[in-house]
Amino acid sequence: MNWEHVLPWLAGQEYPNTGVPGVPTLLYEHLLYVVVPLVLALAIAIPVGLWVGHIGKGGTLAINIANGGRAIPSLGIIIIAFIAFSAGFIPVYITLTAMAIPPILTNTYVGVREVDPEIRDAAAGMGLSGWEILRGVEIPMAMPVIMAGVRTSAVQVVATATLAAYIGLGGLGRPIFTGLAIGPQFNPDAKTLLVVACILVAILAVLTEQLLGLAERAIVPTGLMRKHEQERRGSPPPGAAAADTAQRSSEQSAVSA
Amino acid sequence: MITFDAVRKQYPDGTVAVDDLDLQVEEGDVVVLVGPSGCGKTTTMRMVNRMIEPTGGTITVDGTDIMSTDPVKLRRDIGYVIQQIGLFPHRTTAENIATVPELVGWDRSRIRERVAELIDTVGLPDGVADRYPHQLSGGQRQRVGVARALATDPPVMLMDEPFGAVDPIVRGRLQDEFLRLQAEVHKTIVFVTHDIDEAIKMGDRIAILSEGGVLQQYETPASILAHPANAFVEDFLGEERGLKRLSLIPVKEVTADRGPVVTVGTNATDAREVARSQGADWVVIVGDDDTLRGWSWTDELADPVDGDAAKPFVTQVEAQDSLRTALDALVSSWTGVAVRVSGGDRYEGLLTRELLTAELHDDARARL
Ligand SMILES: Nc1ncnc2c1ncn2[C@@H]1O[C@H](COP(=O)(O)OP(=O)(O)OP(=O)(O)O)[C@@H](O)[C@H]1O
Ligand SMILES: [Mg+2]
Repeated sequence: MNWEHVLPWLAGQEYPNTGVPGVPTLLYEHLLYVVVPLVLALAIAIPVGLWVGHIGKGGTLAINIANGGRAIPSLGIIIIAFIAFSAGFIPVYITLTAMAIPPILTNTYVGVREVDPEIRDAAAGMGLSGWEILRGVEIPMAMPVIMAGVRTSAVQVVATATLAAYIGLGGLGRPIFTGLAIGPQFNPDAKTLLVVACILVAILAVLTEQLLGLAERAIVPTGLMRKHEQERRGSPPPGAAAADTAQRSSEQSAVSA
Repeated sequence: MITFDAVRKQYPDGTVAVDDLDLQVEEGDVVVLVGPSGCGKTTTMRMVNRMIEPTGGTITVDGTDIMSTDPVKLRRDIGYVIQQIGLFPHRTTAENIATVPELVGWDRSRIRERVAELIDTVGLPDGVADRYPHQLSGGQRQRVGVARALATDPPVMLMDEPFGAVDPIVRGRLQDEFLRLQAEVHKTIVFVTHDIDEAIKMGDRIAILSEGGVLQQYETPASILAHPANAFVEDFLGEERGLKRLSLIPVKEVTADRGPVVTVGTNATDAREVARSQGADWVVIVGDDDTLRGWSWTDELADPVDGDAAKPFVTQVEAQDSLRTALDALVSSWTGVAVRVSGGDRYEGLLTRELLTAELHDDARARL
């Protein structure tokens, strides 16, 4: 490990002799790779999930299609998309959007389906139209579950966005792949890049989780908070996916050793 | 007014839940649909607001065929209460009650006033307005459900086992409150229950259905109890039909015997004469305006008659109590006499076992 360049690097200077830009630049790029696919995924998965949940048909089909995409390894998609669309952001966006859709879609669908049939019956019986039931009953009641899906997706995307560097883009994956290329077992700078970048990804994942948790508290109706607290306790610990990627990276470095 | 004309419901799987049903629910009446499980009560009720579409016949509400009204509009004019209540867990009591007023675009101050009024009407404590359903007791939730259905003051209400999910004590209280409320609001109500006692208590008229939604009898509780149309109805009414019938008749419908009454201040000789003329060895002592003071043996009478020395009556019934209550009081009294009062202390007369037996005899004759 070589600590002397870390602080300047974190502060914005290029890491000497590696061509890796300063952390703020990498962070900015990384966030771009996270936010754009996440917004796209929300725009696709939420309407579809709400619709199939509301009409109660085709849910399994939609979830299976979405999960089918998830079965293909992210690295595979990114390379296929890279071959198909050549360079640029598009392959990254396609890959990360495909990864972000299933948890959001599944949770949105399940959240709406889980609304007690008696509550739906009472709403319809009082004269709420289908749209009013969706907007006034199903969406608010599904909100805790939808938000849990969004959190899962976001954390996964934060971790997986490191793959962008594999096809020559930036983000926090850049120091990881550069470090791997140089060889962490011989070069202390390579090792430093790798370790610090992995820690940064993990921290970013945890922060994303926390931030979405705050957003959730603002969005989820107060009357459902108690139930939603229980669900939070049942969901995987924050940052689990990021830790997973960090672990995979260190395995890779062990392999190259 | 709701009219069913040859109404039929056959589910897609072939089950005939309701068959050739003719029924008229008069304005301001509570009609109770009662019958064994699966006899089509819920189906019948839910056809009125098109939560279930009939497959034959016509249903009209106030003369309009429901099939010609948009279901959403139809339902907004019909209150709807179900056993599971279906309160929205993400909305407070006030917001739950405000649901339909908000939909139909009432302004905020009107909604606020109406919610406060309804919370009071259904007997909820003030503090519950801002609570969420999970912070309410079962009985309170049920009241919120009723308040929510009453919000826009719909003329017609549909209630499917509305008190089925609470314990018997709370149920009894909710029933009493419901009757008190209905006496004020005079809604046209279709009320579903499988409990015959609830039907007798709540209904202006009872429709007894058998499996397949066949109407067996449709009459007032008193006439159904007095004259069950057939063996099915008789069987469904169960044991203690006579007692159930007595529970429908208020004490004031039976003429009370004035009995040996004397006023405070009468001289003792006159008082003894009153007792002797009625073949009694005791007298009822009343004050001015027939205020009940008690009773006394003739040989213990003060001269003139003194109200303060009178012994209190053990068994006392109010004019609006049911004959069943009166019978219970009489059975436990060694004298076989209950005193009938109104307003707590105003003497109206004596109720004897003989008077009640006459009433029971009528019932027994009706059974033959
Ligand atoms: N959606 C449905 N599809 C097929 N059959 C149905 C459906 N709903 C009800 N039924 C059948 O119709 C009949 C009447 O049902 P309904 O719910 O009206 O009975 P109910 O008198 O309300 O019974 P309970 O006292 O148990 O509530 C039953 O045999 C029931 O199984
Ligand atoms: Mg039913």
